[in-house]
Amino acid sequence: MKQIFSLVLLVIMGVMLWSLIPLGQPTEPGEVAEHYIRHGIEENRGANLVTSVIVNYRGFDTLGEVTVLFLSVAGAGFVLRRREGLAPLTARPSSEILQTGARMLFAPLIVFGAYIFVHGHLSPGGGFQGGAVVASAVMLLLLADRDHRLPHGFMSWLESAAGFGYVLTGLAGLMVAGSFLSNQGVLPLGTWNRLFSGGVIPVIYILVGLKVGTELSVLLETMMNSGRPADTTGGEH
Amino acid sequence: MNTLTPATLYLATAIALILIGFAGLLVRRNILKMVLGFALVDTGIHLLIATLGSNPGKAAPILDSAELAADPGLVVDPVPQALVLTAIVIGLGVTALMLAYVVRLFALKKTLDVSEFGRLKW
Amino acid sequence: MIYLDLLICLVTVLAAVGAMRSRNLVSAAVMVGAVSLMVSYLFVRMSAPDVAMTEAAIGAGLSTLIFLIAIRRTGEDEG
Repeated sequence: MKQIFSLVLLVIMGVMLWSLIPLGQPTEPGEVAEHYIRHGIEENRGANLVTSVIVNYRGFDTLGEVTVLFLSVAGAGFVLRRREGLAPLTARPSSEILQTGARMLFAPLIVFGAYIFVHGHLSPGGGFQGGAVVASAVMLLLLADRDHRLPHGFMSWLESAAGFGYVLTGLAGLMVAGSFLSNQGVLPLGTWNRLFSGGVIPVIYILVGLKVGTELSVLLETMMNSGRPADTTGGEH
Repeated sequence: MNTLTPATLYLATAIALILIGFAGLLVRRNILKMVLGFALVDTGIHLLIATLGSNPGKAAPILDSAELAADPGLVVDPVPQALVLTAIVIGLGVTALMLAYVVRLFALKKTLDVSEFGRLKW
Repeated sequence: MIYLDLLICLVTVLAAVGAMRSRNLVSAAVMVGAVSLMVSYLFVRMSAPDVAMTEAAIGAGLSTLIFLIAIRRTGEDEG
């Protein structure tokens, strides 16, 4: 009975989705996107239009998104906060080679992540991708050394400071140009296709990168280390 | 099949991913398998949105050379890409929250069979 | 080029079916990660390098990792 019901539901969904197939023609940018493409460089000086859209034109949306990510991490920490009944993650200790290798790779990976989010306005990449790379570096460290503890005070300080900086940058736009997160007149826009260009765009994307990196690191640490005996770190951040 | 364009192919793949994920979500009884099905639906929807705003003949919306910056007709629409980018990150947050609940539910009942979790209060 | 696309799409769909049919949760999680990786190739093909990077780093990397941790913490055999 349940199988038949599922099958009927899937067939209906398939028919509905199949009606989207004729839309698979090459599309031209709409009116708004046309404006972004034509005036993106003169308004923001950022070469990467996706970054301009995410950080500037739809910066408020990104602020909400970073908040959603924070809430989901806090929610996961809250769900896994109590230790009773939770099976800890067991693994045999890793070898000396793995531990040394992970420690050596940690710094280059962090630098690579920072490179990705510093150059977000020039090339593909940005705060979210760079943050993910930073979090994977932290993950490598946690996997290699099971007794490693993250500096929770520093992480939560960095995370809050990045979020606060984002809002402050937005408020600076409100003061100077009259609209939240505006890019006009807050910082010099600079020259197109240079590292120091784009006004507040690199500043915000670096803050987003720091915030996403710390949030994802804490999330991975919560998933791995909550429920360990004599553990006071699980979820308390 | 002689009118097979890349966009049609990608759309068909996206629809197939969404349907397969939903089939797993409906039929499987292991909660982790259901979350995996949800992740497939997520990926399929990202592919769907990105394809609907794509134009395979054009360049990426990164105006890092003079001729791209001079002629706006050469690049694709950046807005769907920005939306999909944010959606991917949100998808990770949602998946992680679901997995935290899975770990907690397993601690409660020592099983992942979804039919064991019939009661609303736990 | 369209034949390479066709091949990638076919493998993507097959990996998705395999992920949903597999009895072993670890291989299912890895196959979902493979689906994400191939979808990120499709994003490159539709000139969306930003989205492709995000999908490869987050969809194929971190989310597979979180799945593997959760599987490890809940027992690996599945019904």
